[in-house]
Amino acid sequence: MSSSPLPANEGGAFGHLAGEGVDVTHGVVLYLEDISVSFDGFQALNKLSLSIDVGELRCVIGPNGAGKTTMMDVITGKTRPDEGSAFFGQTIDLTKLSEAEIAHAGIGRKFQKPTIFEYLTVFENLELAMKADKRVRKSLFSVLDSHQRDSIAETLKTIRLSESADRVAGLLSHGQKQWLEIGMLLMQEPRLLLLDEPVAGMSDEETERTGELFLSLAGRHSLVVVEHDMAFIARIARKVTVLHEGSVLAEGPMSEVQSDPKVIEVYLGR
Amino acid sequence: MTRLYGPKGWALIALMGLALFVAFPILSLQVPGDSPWHVSQYWVTLVGKIMCYAIVALAMDLIWGYAGILSLGHGLFFALGGYAMGMYLMRQIGREGQYQSDLPDFMVFLDWKDYPWHWWNTDQFWWALLLVVLVPGLLALVFGFFAFRSRVKGVYFSIITQALTFAAMLAFFRNAMGFGGNNGFTDFKRILGLPITTPETRMVLFAFTGLTLILTLLLARWIVTSKFGRVLTAIRDAETRVAFCGYNTVHYKLAIFVLSAVICGIAGALYVPQVGIINPSEMSPANSIEIAIWVAVGGRGSLAGAIIGAGAVNGAKSFFTQVFPEYWLYALGLIFILVTLFLPRGIVGLIAGIREKLK
Repeated sequence: MSSSPLPANEGGAFGHLAGEGVDVTHGVVLYLEDISVSFDGFQALNKLSLSIDVGELRCVIGPNGAGKTTMMDVITGKTRPDEGSAFFGQTIDLTKLSEAEIAHAGIGRKFQKPTIFEYLTVFENLELAMKADKRVRKSLFSVLDSHQRDSIAETLKTIRLSESADRVAGLLSHGQKQWLEIGMLLMQEPRLLLLDEPVAGMSDEETERTGELFLSLAGRHSLVVVEHDMAFIARIARKVTVLHEGSVLAEGPMSEVQSDPKVIEVYLGR
Repeated sequence: MTRLYGPKGWALIALMGLALFVAFPILSLQVPGDSPWHVSQYWVTLVGKIMCYAIVALAMDLIWGYAGILSLGHGLFFALGGYAMGMYLMRQIGREGQYQSDLPDFMVFLDWKDYPWHWWNTDQFWWALLLVVLVPGLLALVFGFFAFRSRVKGVYFSIITQALTFAAMLAFFRNAMGFGGNNGFTDFKRILGLPITTPETRMVLFAFTGLTLILTLLLARWIVTSKFGRVLTAIRDAETRVAFCGYNTVHYKLAIFVLSAVICGIAGALYVPQVGIINPSEMSPANSIEIAIWVAVGGRGSLAGAIIGAGAVNGAKSFFTQVFPEYWLYALGLIFILVTLFLPRGIVGLIAGIREKLK
């Protein structure tokens, strides 16, 4: 991988809340092992195993019902697996944490439909999302310091909304709203970003720019992108995981996966 | 300072202060009664009353306009503040009641021999002020804690707050509560030993109300321009997202609900000595709904709008109740429908729209 492992927590945190840092000494930010989830007899995930490296950009594809969203739910604590283990870094057991704790630990998730604060400006949206003390009293007396202003300005640049910083977020285009939401996730300084169909409803140009954005984020963050748009995947993918009926069908570079007879059968045999 | 208002805003506030603290006292007390410039007691009381309503409207706007929580029980907090002040004013009557007893007339009438426990220390002004703040504040804290923790939202929250004020009204109607039953408190004689009906005392009360209004406006402005205020707006627009960003939305909603209730209590305490009466009808559900109408008419989410709305609706009310008393409620209903249909952003939105067209 392009980036070196980031400094890990000294002295190894064995509690399930590893404080500030995520232990990524082995260069892996997320491990899923033999995860199974079933709803009323329907096997949504079936012994799914997956690992994401630090700084990696991973694309996950698969037909409807393959278990993509359920996988995201397990990682973010929304759904508990029946079996298997899910670790964030070496030490953080995701199956034991609440959604909020997982968000605090450093996993950000973007849902399909953009949810932003429509009546606040783009700048204010990022300000609220920023990692900070979020108790009532602190918010009353909070004044942005120059470091925080810089960090917002940097994110604005990353999501290409510097020009619109003072615009009311509700007036942004659909694609820009998606970016703003990604920017809000970035302000929380996550180690791992989960993106569920991020280019749905975007114009071709917006899709292209989103691809560039993700490529620029990889390295600093680890990204998992779930998407239906194959052209988009082909443009950004380094490594693709194909899910089918709740487990990994194939994994590897896009060209390899596309020529895999099993994958062709699943996609064409629908 | 500049964070709160620009030069124009400060100039307007200074003008307001000038009108309330200089022009009104001079025109009312110094200018002789036969001069066309004289401001009569009627106007001093009316404007004083409307300023109390404007304070309530600001409190309502904070919670409804900014945090998106429609409380239809704010009349209760107003009345509780009024009752707390009323108890002190009853004690100030002394032996000048009809029965010339140490106890208020209604207690003599009920054949009570002593003050009930909750009247303890109410002859002390500082205690009354404490009650004015604490009673509405604590009630809002406890009620809000359970409501917000159980994620009671939207129209359900509006309904249970209506039920709360209605229940309180029925309780206060009962003589056994020790609040004078359906007659409430009236016939006040003095405040801090000063006769309460003289023009001078009334002017002092008027000036205090004006000062409170301006301070409330500045406090509210400070809140809505802080990060706290932006979190409130965000809660109004996408509460789950706010929680996802790591904010405890229950604490935020509770903080603004309690503050809003306390402001209403203070307004009630200023209202009662000027109007001279407090009774359970102040807690009627319709009163609380009317507060929401003031804010809707002026413009939700605008502090100036809240003040303008309270002024416009109550100005219209005192006009109507003099000229066509039986039609006021129809007029109020009509105003509300027209504003909802044609002025979703209230009077303030209308002015902003006209300004934009002129540009």
